[in-house]
Amino acid sequence: MIVKVQEKDFIAEDEIQKLKNNCMETPGAINSFIGYVRNFSNNKKLTSLTIEHYAGMTEKMLLEISAKASQKWPLLGTLIIHRYGKLNIGDQIVLAASASLHRNAAFESTQFIMDYLKTQAPFWKSEEINNQNKWVLSRKEDEQALKKWGD
Amino acid sequence: MRILYFSWLKEKIGLNSQEIIKPKNVETVDDLITFLTEKSEKHKNAFSDLNSIKVSVNQEFADLKTKINEKDEIAFFPPVTGG
Repeated sequence: MIVKVQEKDFIAEDEIQKLKNNCMETPGAINSFIGYVRNFSNNKKLTSLTIEHYAGMTEKMLLEISAKASQKWPLLGTLIIHRYGKLNIGDQIVLAASASLHRNAAFESTQFIMDYLKTQAPFWKSEEINNQNKWVLSRKEDEQALKKWGD
Repeated sequence: MRILYFSWLKEKIGLNSQEIIKPKNVETVDDLITFLTEKSEKHKNAFSDLNSIKVSVNQEFADLKTKINEKDEIAFFPPVTGG
């Protein structure tokens, strides 16, 4: 389980290679998800996005989420990288990836990790629109997305 | 005990964190909120809608009834919005 919370950007291909090299045995599948900064929010033009987090708890929660995924699926490894600080339009925010012998475990567990990250990892986004920063409100859909996992 | 604030709570209260000595009558998170809001208008304003606030004790999600101790780290923040 690799978890990184960092300000700097990442090269997804390199990180996925590291995940592959860290696996207990050669994975037959790695699925990955990358989240980017959109250029709009509620039909308004976004200039930048600033992400705050609770250092310490963030890493702890991301490890807990990774462990939960590994209990639910036969995974060979997981990777979560989440950035904080000021980001620009199109920047990478998050990379989540799962490695397994077969594709289904990798597909499903990546979605599981993202669904839990969205509701349990202590990050807060602030959007810059027309030179003003506003905190992003949580979405009910994100809470509801957890229900499909029946935990 | 150490109390941390994040996101708009931090802005409304005007503090990232504060250290307090646990008053004897403060046993739960709920008691702590009562103690803080009785002392300061900014806290009172920030904690006016408890439905929009989450709490953690020692970096684990908690709730109003969670018991707290002198050495605990308690954090208040809005629902998370990462990813």
